[in-house]
Amino acid sequence: MPDADYILLIAAMGLVTYIPRWLPLYFLSQRKLPSWFVEWLDLIPVAILSSLVFSDLFVIGNPRHLDILQMKSIVAVPTFLIALRTKSLGWTVISGMMLFWVAERFFSG
Amino acid sequence: MPFMTFAKEGMRAAWPICIGYFPLGLAFGILAQKAGFGLLDIALMSVVVFAGSSQFIGVAMLSSGAAPTSIVLTTFMVNLRHFLMSSSLAVYLHGAGRRFISLFAYGVTDESFAVNMVRFREGPWHPYEALTVNHIANFAWIASTILGGYGGQFIPAGSFGIDYALSAMFLCLLAFQLRGRRYLLTAVISGALASIIALMVPGNSFVVAGSLLGATAGFALARYAERKRRSCARC
Repeated sequence: MPDADYILLIAAMGLVTYIPRWLPLYFLSQRKLPSWFVEWLDLIPVAILSSLVFSDLFVIGNPRHLDILQMKSIVAVPTFLIALRTKSLGWTVISGMMLFWVAERFFSG
Repeated sequence: MPFMTFAKEGMRAAWPICIGYFPLGLAFGILAQKAGFGLLDIALMSVVVFAGSSQFIGVAMLSSGAAPTSIVLTTFMVNLRHFLMSSSLAVYLHGAGRRFISLFAYGVTDESFAVNMVRFREGPWHPYEALTVNHIANFAWIASTILGGYGGQFIPAGSFGIDYALSAMFLCLLAFQLRGRRYLLTAVISGALASIIALMVPGNSFVVAGSLLGATAGFALARYAERKRRSCARC
Protein backbone atom coordinates (compact mmCIF):
# COMPACT_ATOMS: atom_id res chain seq x y z
CA MET A 1 0.00 0.00 0.00
CA PRO A 2 1.48 3.42 -0.86
CA ASP A 3 2.10 5.45 2.28
CA ALA A 4 1.30 9.14 2.80
CA ASP A 5 4.86 10.30 2.07
CA TYR A 6 4.88 8.50 -1.25
CA ILE A 7 1.50 9.90 -2.26
CA LEU A 8 2.68 13.40 -1.37
CA LEU A 9 5.86 12.95 -3.42
CA ILE A 10 3.91 11.63 -6.41
CA ALA A 11 1.48 14.54 -6.17
CA ALA A 12 4.37 17.03 -6.18
CA MET A 13 6.07 15.24 -9.10
CA GLY A 14 2.75 15.22 -10.95
CA LEU A 15 2.32 18.94 -10.37
CA VAL A 16 5.75 19.92 -11.68
CA THR A 17 5.15 17.67 -14.69
CA TYR A 18 1.72 19.08 -15.43
CA ILE A 19 2.43 22.78 -15.00
CA PRO A 20 5.02 23.14 -17.81
CA ARG A 21 2.64 21.25 -20.11
CA TRP A 22 -0.41 23.25 -19.14
CA LEU A 23 0.76 26.83 -18.62
CA PRO A 24 1.75 27.78 -22.21
CA LEU A 25 -1.28 26.02 -23.69
CA TYR A 26 -3.63 27.72 -21.28
CA PHE A 27 -2.34 31.23 -21.84
CA LEU A 28 -0.90 31.21 -25.35
CA SER A 29 -3.92 29.54 -26.97
CA GLN A 30 -6.14 32.48 -25.99
CA ARG A 31 -4.26 35.26 -27.74
CA LYS A 32 -2.75 36.06 -31.10
CA LEU A 33 1.03 35.63 -30.98
CA PRO A 34 3.49 37.99 -32.72
CA SER A 35 4.72 36.58 -36.03
CA TRP A 36 8.43 36.48 -35.07
CA PHE A 37 7.50 34.43 -32.00
CA VAL A 38 5.48 31.97 -34.09
CA GLU A 39 8.40 31.73 -36.51
CA TRP A 40 10.77 30.97 -33.60
CA LEU A 41 8.34 28.46 -32.05
CA ASP A 42 8.16 26.76 -35.44
CA LEU A 43 11.83 25.78 -35.04
CA ILE A 44 11.41 24.45 -31.50
CA PRO A 45 10.14 20.95 -32.46
CA VAL A 46 13.05 20.18 -34.76
CA ALA A 47 15.46 21.62 -32.17
CA ILE A 48 14.08 19.46 -29.36
CA LEU A 49 13.97 16.27 -31.40
CA SER A 50 17.45 16.80 -32.72
CA SER A 51 18.77 17.45 -29.20
CA LEU A 52 17.16 14.21 -28.06
CA VAL A 53 18.42 12.20 -31.04
CA PHE A 54 22.02 13.46 -31.04
CA SER A 55 22.50 13.01 -27.31
CA ASP A 56 20.81 9.61 -27.47
CA LEU A 57 23.02 8.36 -30.29
CA PHE A 58 26.40 9.89 -29.61
CA VAL A 59 26.65 10.57 -25.89
CA ILE A 60 26.65 7.32 -23.97
CA GLY A 61 27.70 5.68 -20.73
CA ASN A 62 28.12 6.81 -17.16
CA PRO A 63 30.13 9.02 -16.83
CA ARG A 64 28.94 10.35 -20.18
CA HIS A 65 31.34 10.36 -23.09
CA LEU A 66 31.26 10.94 -26.83
CA ASP A 67 31.14 7.83 -29.00
CA ILE A 68 30.34 8.58 -32.62
CA LEU A 69 30.68 5.12 -34.12
CA GLN A 70 28.96 2.31 -32.29
CA MET A 71 26.05 -0.06 -32.89
CA LYS A 72 23.37 2.44 -31.93
CA SER A 73 24.58 5.23 -34.20
CA ILE A 74 25.42 2.94 -37.13
CA VAL A 75 21.96 1.35 -37.11
CA ALA A 76 20.59 4.90 -37.01
CA VAL A 77 21.74 5.50 -40.60
CA PRO A 78 19.52 2.91 -42.34
CA THR A 79 16.73 3.61 -39.82
CA PHE A 80 16.84 7.29 -40.70
CA LEU A 81 16.79 6.51 -44.44
CA ILE A 82 13.78 4.25 -43.93
CA ALA A 83 12.06 7.07 -42.03
CA LEU A 84 12.68 9.52 -44.88
CA ARG A 85 11.61 6.99 -47.48
CA THR A 86 8.50 5.44 -45.90
CA LYS A 87 7.38 8.48 -43.88
CA SER A 88 5.84 5.96 -41.51
CA LEU A 89 6.53 5.97 -37.79
CA GLY A 90 5.31 2.41 -37.38
CA TRP A 91 7.49 0.94 -40.10
CA THR A 92 10.50 2.89 -38.95
CA VAL A 93 10.19 1.69 -35.35
CA ILE A 94 9.72 -1.92 -36.43
CA SER A 95 12.55 -1.93 -38.97
CA GLY A 96 14.85 -0.05 -36.58
CA MET A 97 14.24 -2.68 -33.91
CA MET A 98 14.86 -5.52 -36.38
CA LEU A 99 18.04 -3.91 -37.74
CA PHE A 100 19.38 -3.39 -34.24
CA TRP A 101 18.50 -6.92 -33.22
CA VAL A 102 20.19 -8.42 -36.29
CA ALA A 103 23.22 -6.13 -35.95
CA GLU A 104 23.67 -7.13 -32.32
CA ARG A 105 23.52 -10.84 -33.14
CA PHE A 106 26.00 -10.61 -35.99
CA PHE A 107 28.50 -8.05 -34.89
CA SER A 108 28.86 -8.25 -31.14
CA GLY A 109 30.79 -11.42 -30.53
CA MET B 1 -17.08 14.72 -37.78
CA PRO B 2 -18.60 12.18 -35.41
CA PHE B 3 -16.84 11.03 -32.29
CA MET B 4 -15.98 7.59 -33.66
CA THR B 5 -14.10 9.07 -36.63
CA PHE B 6 -11.99 11.21 -34.31
CA ALA B 7 -11.20 8.18 -32.20
CA LYS B 8 -10.32 6.08 -35.24
CA GLU B 9 -8.01 8.68 -36.77
CA GLY B 10 -6.42 9.30 -33.38
CA MET B 11 -5.75 5.60 -32.91
CA ARG B 12 -4.25 5.30 -36.36
CA ALA B 13 -1.79 8.07 -35.50
CA ALA B 14 -1.09 6.75 -32.00
CA TRP B 15 -0.25 3.08 -32.53
CA PRO B 16 3.44 3.60 -33.33
CA ILE B 17 3.78 5.57 -30.10
CA CYS B 18 2.28 2.62 -28.25
CA ILE B 19 4.89 0.29 -29.82
CA GLY B 20 7.61 2.64 -28.66
CA TYR B 21 6.17 3.00 -25.16
CA PHE B 22 5.63 -0.68 -24.60
CA PRO B 23 9.26 -1.79 -24.09
CA LEU B 24 10.04 1.38 -22.18
CA GLY B 25 7.02 0.94 -19.93
CA LEU B 26 7.89 -2.71 -19.36
CA ALA B 27 11.44 -1.71 -18.50
CA PHE B 28 10.20 0.91 -16.08
CA GLY B 29 7.83 -1.59 -14.42
CA ILE B 30 10.61 -4.14 -14.00
CA LEU B 31 13.00 -1.56 -12.60
CA ALA B 32 10.44 -0.20 -10.14
CA GLN B 33 9.43 -3.67 -9.02
CA LYS B 34 13.07 -4.62 -8.43
CA ALA B 35 13.47 -1.41 -6.41
CA GLY B 36 10.62 -2.56 -4.16
CA PHE B 37 7.69 -0.64 -5.60
CA GLY B 38 4.28 -2.32 -5.47
CA LEU B 39 1.91 -2.50 -8.44
CA LEU B 40 -0.24 0.22 -6.91
CA ASP B 41 2.81 2.50 -6.44
CA ILE B 42 3.76 1.99 -10.08
CA ALA B 43 0.22 2.59 -11.34
CA LEU B 44 -0.13 5.70 -9.20
CA MET B 45 3.12 7.15 -10.50
CA SER B 46 2.29 6.42 -14.15
CA VAL B 47 -1.16 7.97 -13.85
CA VAL B 48 -0.17 11.08 -11.92
CA VAL B 49 3.29 11.82 -13.35
CA PHE B 50 3.08 10.28 -16.87
CA ALA B 51 6.59 11.20 -17.98
CA GLY B 52 8.98 8.38 -18.84
CA SER B 53 12.29 10.00 -18.00
CA SER B 54 11.01 11.62 -14.79
CA GLN B 55 9.63 8.32 -13.60
CA PHE B 56 12.91 6.51 -14.21
CA ILE B 57 14.74 9.28 -12.40
CA GLY B 58 12.16 9.24 -9.61
CA VAL B 59 12.58 5.53 -8.97
CA ALA B 60 16.37 5.73 -9.17
CA MET B 61 16.54 8.69 -6.80
CA LEU B 62 14.00 7.25 -4.35
CA SER B 63 15.87 3.97 -4.08
CA SER B 64 19.17 5.78 -3.55
CA GLY B 65 17.55 7.70 -0.70
CA ALA B 66 17.48 11.16 -2.25
CA ALA B 67 15.52 13.94 -0.54
CA PRO B 68 11.96 14.44 -1.86
CA THR B 69 12.66 18.09 -2.64
CA SER B 70 15.58 17.23 -4.90
CA ILE B 71 13.49 14.57 -6.64
CA VAL B 72 10.73 17.09 -7.32
CA LEU B 73 13.24 19.70 -8.49
CA THR B 74 14.91 17.24 -10.87
CA THR B 75 11.50 16.23 -12.23
CA PHE B 76 10.74 19.87 -12.86
CA MET B 77 14.03 20.43 -14.70
CA VAL B 78 13.56 17.34 -16.86
CA ASN B 79 10.05 18.41 -17.81
CA LEU B 80 10.85 21.98 -18.70
CA ARG B 81 11.17 20.95 -22.34
CA HIS B 82 7.42 20.37 -22.37
CA PHE B 83 7.03 24.08 -21.75
CA LEU B 84 8.47 24.63 -25.21
CA MET B 85 6.36 21.89 -26.78
CA SER B 86 3.12 23.21 -25.32
CA SER B 87 4.04 26.68 -26.56
CA SER B 88 4.36 25.30 -30.11
CA LEU B 89 1.11 23.36 -29.83
CA ALA B 90 -0.73 26.45 -28.59
CA VAL B 91 -0.51 27.95 -32.09
CA TYR B 92 -2.75 25.16 -33.38
CA LEU B 93 -5.15 25.14 -30.46
CA HIS B 94 -5.97 28.80 -30.74
CA GLY B 95 -9.29 29.56 -29.12
CA ALA B 96 -9.85 26.06 -27.74
CA GLY B 97 -11.86 25.81 -24.55
CA ARG B 98 -10.04 26.05 -21.24
CA ARG B 99 -11.39 22.71 -20.06
CA PHE B 100 -10.21 21.03 -23.26
CA ILE B 101 -6.79 22.63 -22.87
CA SER B 102 -6.46 21.39 -19.32
CA LEU B 103 -7.34 17.86 -20.36
CA PHE B 104 -5.06 18.03 -23.40
CA ALA B 105 -2.07 19.35 -21.45
CA TYR B 106 -1.98 16.21 -19.31
CA GLY B 107 -1.02 14.12 -22.35
CA VAL B 108 1.69 16.30 -23.86
CA THR B 109 4.80 14.11 -24.16
CA ASP B 110 7.78 14.13 -26.53
CA GLU B 111 6.08 11.53 -28.72
CA SER B 112 2.48 12.74 -28.76
CA PHE B 113 3.78 16.27 -29.33
CA ALA B 114 5.82 15.26 -32.37
CA VAL B 115 3.04 13.17 -33.90
CA ASN B 116 0.41 15.86 -33.36
CA MET B 117 2.65 18.63 -34.69
CA VAL B 118 3.12 16.77 -37.99
CA ARG B 119 -0.62 16.17 -38.33
CA PHE B 120 -1.56 19.73 -37.40
CA ARG B 121 0.90 21.10 -39.91
CA GLU B 122 -0.23 18.85 -42.73
CA GLY B 123 -3.87 19.26 -41.68
CA PRO B 124 -6.74 18.82 -41.35
CA TRP B 125 -6.22 17.59 -37.80
CA HIS B 126 -8.95 18.17 -35.29
CA PRO B 127 -8.09 18.95 -31.65
CA TYR B 128 -10.15 15.94 -30.63
CA GLU B 129 -8.00 13.69 -32.80
CA ALA B 130 -4.94 15.14 -31.11
CA LEU B 131 -6.55 14.54 -27.73
CA THR B 132 -7.20 10.91 -28.69
CA VAL B 133 -3.51 10.48 -29.56
CA ASN B 134 -2.52 11.87 -26.15
CA HIS B 135 -4.82 9.64 -24.19
CA ILE B 136 -4.25 6.43 -26.10
CA ALA B 137 -0.52 6.90 -25.66
CA ASN B 138 -1.16 7.60 -22.00
CA PHE B 139 -3.18 4.41 -21.64
CA ALA B 140 -0.48 2.35 -23.38
CA TRP B 141 2.14 3.79 -21.03
CA ILE B 142 0.17 3.09 -17.86
CA ALA B 143 -0.74 -0.44 -18.98
CA SER B 144 2.82 -1.33 -19.99
CA THR B 145 4.36 -0.07 -16.74
CA ILE B 146 1.88 -2.13 -14.71
CA LEU B 147 2.52 -5.14 -16.93
CA GLY B 148 6.26 -4.65 -16.44
CA GLY B 149 5.83 -4.50 -12.68
CA TYR B 150 3.75 -7.66 -12.81
CA GLY B 151 5.55 -10.04 -15.12
CA GLY B 152 8.28 -8.25 -17.06
CA GLN B 153 11.01 -10.35 -15.51
CA PHE B 154 9.95 -13.19 -17.81
CA ILE B 155 10.96 -11.20 -20.89
CA PRO B 156 14.71 -11.47 -21.45
CA ALA B 157 16.48 -8.12 -21.77
CA GLY B 158 17.28 -7.03 -25.31
CA SER B 159 15.05 -9.46 -27.17
CA PHE B 160 13.76 -8.38 -30.59
CA GLY B 161 15.68 -5.13 -30.42
CA ILE B 162 13.19 -3.57 -28.00
CA ASP B 163 16.04 -1.47 -26.60
CA TYR B 164 16.09 0.36 -29.89
CA ALA B 165 12.39 1.16 -30.22
CA LEU B 166 12.63 4.58 -28.64
CA SER B 167 15.75 5.60 -30.56
CA ALA B 168 14.09 4.60 -33.84
CA MET B 169 10.97 6.52 -32.89
CA PHE B 170 12.89 9.73 -32.16
CA LEU B 171 14.87 9.34 -35.38
CA CYS B 172 11.69 9.10 -37.41
CA LEU B 173 10.05 12.00 -35.60
CA LEU B 174 13.14 14.06 -36.39
CA ALA B 175 12.99 13.02 -40.06
CA PHE B 176 9.40 14.32 -40.21
CA GLN B 177 10.58 17.72 -39.03
CA LEU B 178 13.19 18.29 -41.74
CA ARG B 179 11.01 20.23 -44.14
CA GLY B 180 13.57 22.69 -45.45
CA ARG B 181 16.99 24.22 -45.12
CA ARG B 182 16.29 26.23 -41.98
CA TYR B 183 15.01 23.13 -40.19
CA LEU B 184 18.03 21.10 -41.20
CA LEU B 185 20.34 23.88 -40.03
CA THR B 186 18.50 24.20 -36.71
CA ALA B 187 18.66 20.43 -36.25
CA VAL B 188 22.42 20.26 -36.75
CA ILE B 189 23.13 23.22 -34.46
CA SER B 190 20.78 22.04 -31.70
CA GLY B 191 21.99 18.45 -31.84
CA ALA B 192 25.63 19.44 -31.67
CA LEU B 193 25.02 21.92 -28.87
CA ALA B 194 22.92 19.47 -26.85
CA SER B 195 25.64 16.82 -27.15
CA ILE B 196 28.37 19.23 -26.09
CA ILE B 197 26.31 20.45 -23.13
CA ALA B 198 25.49 16.84 -22.17
CA LEU B 199 29.22 16.09 -22.07
CA MET B 200 30.19 19.16 -20.08
CA VAL B 201 27.28 19.79 -17.72
CA PRO B 202 25.95 17.02 -15.48
CA GLY B 203 22.19 16.59 -15.17
CA ASN B 204 19.43 16.78 -17.74
CA SER B 205 19.45 20.43 -18.76
CA PHE B 206 21.08 19.65 -22.12
CA VAL B 207 17.84 19.09 -24.04
CA VAL B 208 16.30 22.39 -22.97
CA ALA B 209 19.54 24.35 -23.32
CA GLY B 210 20.50 22.77 -26.66
CA SER B 211 17.10 23.32 -28.24
CA LEU B 212 16.66 26.90 -26.99
CA LEU B 213 20.08 27.92 -28.26
CA GLY B 214 19.74 25.93 -31.48
CA ALA B 215 16.29 27.27 -32.34
CA THR B 216 17.41 30.82 -31.64
CA ALA B 217 20.52 30.40 -33.79
CA GLY B 218 18.46 28.85 -36.62
CA PHE B 219 15.92 31.65 -36.33
CA ALA B 220 18.60 34.35 -36.44
CA LEU B 221 20.33 32.76 -39.44
CA ALA B 222 17.06 32.36 -41.35
CA ARG B 223 16.18 36.01 -40.67
CA TYR B 224 19.64 37.11 -41.72
CA ALA B 225 19.46 35.13 -44.98
CA GLU B 226 16.04 36.56 -45.72
CA ARG B 227 17.16 40.13 -45.14
CA LYS B 228 20.18 39.62 -47.36
CA ARG B 229 18.03 38.17 -50.13
CA ARG B 230 15.58 41.04 -49.90
CA SER B 231 18.28 43.70 -50.05
CA CYS B 232 19.83 41.97 -53.06
CA ALA B 233 16.53 41.91 -54.90
CA ARG B 234 16.59 45.67 -54.70
CA CYS B 235 20.17 46.08 -55.93
